[in-house]
Amino acid sequence: MMLTFEDFPPGHFGTFGPRHVTREEILAFAAEFDPQPMHLDEEAASRSMLKGLSGSGWHLCSIMMRMMFDGFIGRTASLGSPGVNELRWLAPLRPGDDLTLDVEVAEARVSRSRPETGIVTFKGVVRNAAAVALCEMVSPIIVQRRADIAAERAD
Amino acid sequence: MRFFEDIEIGQRRDVGSFTFTADGIKKFAAQFDPQAFHLDEEAGRKSLFGGLAASGWHVGSVCMKLLVADGQRRAREALARGEKVAVWGPSPGFRELRWVKPVLAGDTISFASEVESVRSSEKRPEWGILQIRNTGTNQRGELVFSVLATAFVPRRSNS
Repeated sequence: MMLTFEDFPPGHFGTFGPRHVTREEILAFAAEFDPQPMHLDEEAASRSMLKGLSGSGWHLCSIMMRMMFDGFIGRTASLGSPGVNELRWLAPLRPGDDLTLDVEVAEARVSRSRPETGIVTFKGVVRNAAAVALCEMVSPIIVQRRADIAAERAD
Repeated sequence: MRFFEDIEIGQRRDVGSFTFTADGIKKFAAQFDPQAFHLDEEAGRKSLFGGLAASGWHVGSVCMKLLVADGQRRAREALARGEKVAVWGPSPGFRELRWVKPVLAGDTISFASEVESVRSSEKRPEWGILQIRNTGTNQRGELVFSVLATAFVPRRSNS
């Protein structure tokens, strides 16, 4: 059964992970998308504001996306997302981190322009094993409503 | 990279363009966002996107890639002129990220960056805080991506 709009009432939705992050993947992402010395070079990183090798913020976002996919989006009738209201990078992602993702439904409403869908606004927080929040995101996702799926089945 | 004192609201620069190939879209999606419309042409055609579409996080990461490359190019040029180069701080985040239109296989996206606001940091007076609007526009001139990023920029006087 795919999850639909009705499965996302406001409140705590779930906790997902842990997801282990290796040094190799931090370096590989940085080399391709964010080749700043603080993400690539141990020596330069130790002299940077973040005091040690850290993953790109966009890498952390991408890992959070994958954790959301594995956690629930992969079994949700999701039509995609129009964007991100706010994203805060709070603490650096480090090699060897084991990440968990906490997801809360901040708001769920039926779409006015496409009433067969709803807009579910999630708040996601990624934490490391020491429970330090690394990243916080508020983002809406467009999700099919159950009535519509039922109507499709009747066809 | 420039210092706080050199920055004015409205300063804009083009940071380069990038073509999203079907292979590149699928490779990123397989790793980070394996929803069917990012992995499979047929599923993409049947989705709201109307074709194989890049993950929004792929578009954002490519924007970062071009911003970094542009910053490093300008830093090399400044060093060659014998100028001091500012080292920007890590970003605390962004707001108002919009995936305005899908980025489909074969699309070429041109990215630009414009300073939207400038202020001093109250907590860290040696730093200024910028808000920068980064945008992506496709080969038909349509806006596809927009994000308001925050950056910490050092003051020249403290360097």
